[in-house]
Amino acid sequence: MAEPATATQAAAPAVPQLKDELDIVIPTIRNLDFLEMWRPFFQPYHLIIVQDGDPSKTIKVPDGFDYELYNRNDINRILGPKASCISFKDSACRCFGYMVSKKKYIFTIDDDCFVAKDPSGKAINALEQHIKNLLSPSTPFFFNTLYDPFRDGADFVRGYPFSLREGVPTAVSHGLWLNIPDYDAPTQLVKPLERNTRFVDAVLTIPKGTLFPMCGMNLAFDRELIGPAMYFGLMGDGQPIGRYDDMWAGWCTKVICDHLGLGVKTGLPYIYHSKASNPFVNLRKEYKGIFWQEEIIPFFQQTVLPKDCTTVQKCYIELAKQVKEKLSKVDPYFDKLAEAMVTWIEAWDELNPTGSSVTNGKAK
Amino acid sequence: MSLSIKDDEIDIVIGALRPDLTSFMNEWRTIFSRFHLIIVKDPDLKEELKIPEGFNLDVYKKPDIDRVVGTSTSTIFSGYSCRYFGYLVSRKKYIISVDDDCYPAKDNKGILVDAVAQHITNLTTPATPFFFNTLYDPFTEGADFVRGYPFSLRSGVQCALSCGLWLNLADYDAPTQALKPEERNSRYVDAVLTVPARTLMPISGINIAFNREVIGPALLPSLRLGGEGKFRWETMEDIWSGMCVKVVCDHLGLGVKTGMPYVWRNDRGDAIASLRKEWEGVKLMEEVVPFFQSVRLSREATTTEDCVAEVANVVKEQLESKDPMFARAAKAMVDWVKLWKSVGSSTSSPGA
Repeated sequence: MAEPATATQAAAPAVPQLKDELDIVIPTIRNLDFLEMWRPFFQPYHLIIVQDGDPSKTIKVPDGFDYELYNRNDINRILGPKASCISFKDSACRCFGYMVSKKKYIFTIDDDCFVAKDPSGKAINALEQHIKNLLSPSTPFFFNTLYDPFRDGADFVRGYPFSLREGVPTAVSHGLWLNIPDYDAPTQLVKPLERNTRFVDAVLTIPKGTLFPMCGMNLAFDRELIGPAMYFGLMGDGQPIGRYDDMWAGWCTKVICDHLGLGVKTGLPYIYHSKASNPFVNLRKEYKGIFWQEEIIPFFQQTVLPKDCTTVQKCYIELAKQVKEKLSKVDPYFDKLAEAMVTWIEAWDELNPTGSSVTNGKAK
Repeated sequence: MSLSIKDDEIDIVIGALRPDLTSFMNEWRTIFSRFHLIIVKDPDLKEELKIPEGFNLDVYKKPDIDRVVGTSTSTIFSGYSCRYFGYLVSRKKYIISVDDDCYPAKDNKGILVDAVAQHITNLTTPATPFFFNTLYDPFTEGADFVRGYPFSLRSGVQCALSCGLWLNLADYDAPTQALKPEERNSRYVDAVLTVPARTLMPISGINIAFNREVIGPALLPSLRLGGEGKFRWETMEDIWSGMCVKVVCDHLGLGVKTGMPYVWRNDRGDAIASLRKEWEGVKLMEEVVPFFQSVRLSREATTTEDCVAEVANVVKEQLESKDPMFARAAKAMVDWVKLWKSVGSSTSSPGA
């Protein structure tokens, strides 16, 4: 049975890696009590809290954490009219945190995610594993049957060409969840009691040309390599869809990573996901997405980015163009989304002037 | 979710590269004894085979191989390639094959892994090559497709090949193992996953299973290193065969899974001694991988035999000038298809 670790079980690492180079972005609408459990692992790092919902509410941050907090008023003030691209009443608003961060790496986690235990009972330092994933290369061009060859105790298998063994820089580290699995509403309705108790001790690179459903609950990325692609779309209040924010960001990100020769890893670390959201509420939010994804997936699978798209921003603007051309016929929402994607890039570049396009991953 | 498979739909094919199979067979007895076994003796092996009693099996040796395919052709079944003779003469739907230096492994709970049962489960539940599921095999107990997985892709495709893994001595190449002589694989990864479409990988022959009716002819003896030897470090035949199989599966819309089951692979041989022999193979992969990544089969290739014949043609056109080994491989592939058609049961005949 999966169980979360208690706060006392978690042991802080002797030297927190990248502590001045990584921001932890947390969207919240309720409270940040969950941070107590993560204290030994998170306290050395700077937090960016994005407060969704009513800005007049005060969200208390537990003592001892170094943080900046943004509510809707702050978002409107900082972005002006461009704030329209940031969702309201949806955790998609977290991407505002990516935009205002000044660090190289981002780790984002939901406020109902706790510290998990590995099969030996040890508390899992999810942040440490994400950092390991990001700091070691990915291998998207050829699948290694022993999974991540850079992990301790593993390597490339017989037949793996030596010329591909250097790998490419890792842009994204996608973690998983024990206990409440990230199912869609129909699956939740059919299997309300299913819990993920399987600890799969692997990290692997998602091969080039393969898309995946990226979950934003436990995610880390190299902001300098891929940040502008991590736009979580238009969701929530006033929008016809919800719970597709991270999916959208994931598909855009993967297409761009494939184009620029960057890697995406999935697998460890696990966190313990404690809260099952209401499947009926979810169904209403996802309903359109379930139909639309049948069109969206082939769109992303067939997307080709021109060779002159050599930065993430250029790739993203090109994607926005193609979304407008090819997906507006599915629903006018995609017109709005395509425009919001452009607004996002404009806002990103405003808040992150010069230098940022230079440090993006290189196109092949 | 798996269909109930009768034991008599399965053949277990063992290539015997060493004469004394006593401990091998005894270790696998509880798992193998229900099934029919085909044991193929490496035609180069001089000593008599020692096989314990109590199994339902057929043993094929050089004279048998000569009789079935002719003395000039039987050379293609030398060494690790002897198992392909077993695939050729089998009449069952599913084949499971492990190297003769592998024993059953134990999982993380200390329970013996029934590799046959896991391979059969892999082959009889759908594969999902068109979109990656982050919870790995969605058909396994306690898992499912995750949010964002398109519903139209959830029925999956037929799984044609199941690639297992190895604890203890991992299938590294000689340079890698020589650099880390003490390293042993102790990580049991509790997952099966589908290898995505158009993604290639090194398919190790040490522990595999396949649906012979659907993909049989694509597992073939063709690439033989000039210095090919009797240790896996000294071969590339399975890696080459595996690339063909994956290209064919991708073209025909079939799935390939990787992960469990694990087998325990015994220490054998010396990586440093094998280093010089395998270097050939290591260099070859630099050509082989980009080549297979670029292969596109025609719409007219609708059967496995047609696909293999087309791959053979492309090998001949594009690779034969680079190394005579490739020219021989292309010819071996063409010959194999002919052999399969005359000796092996055809893939479309029902219940052969």
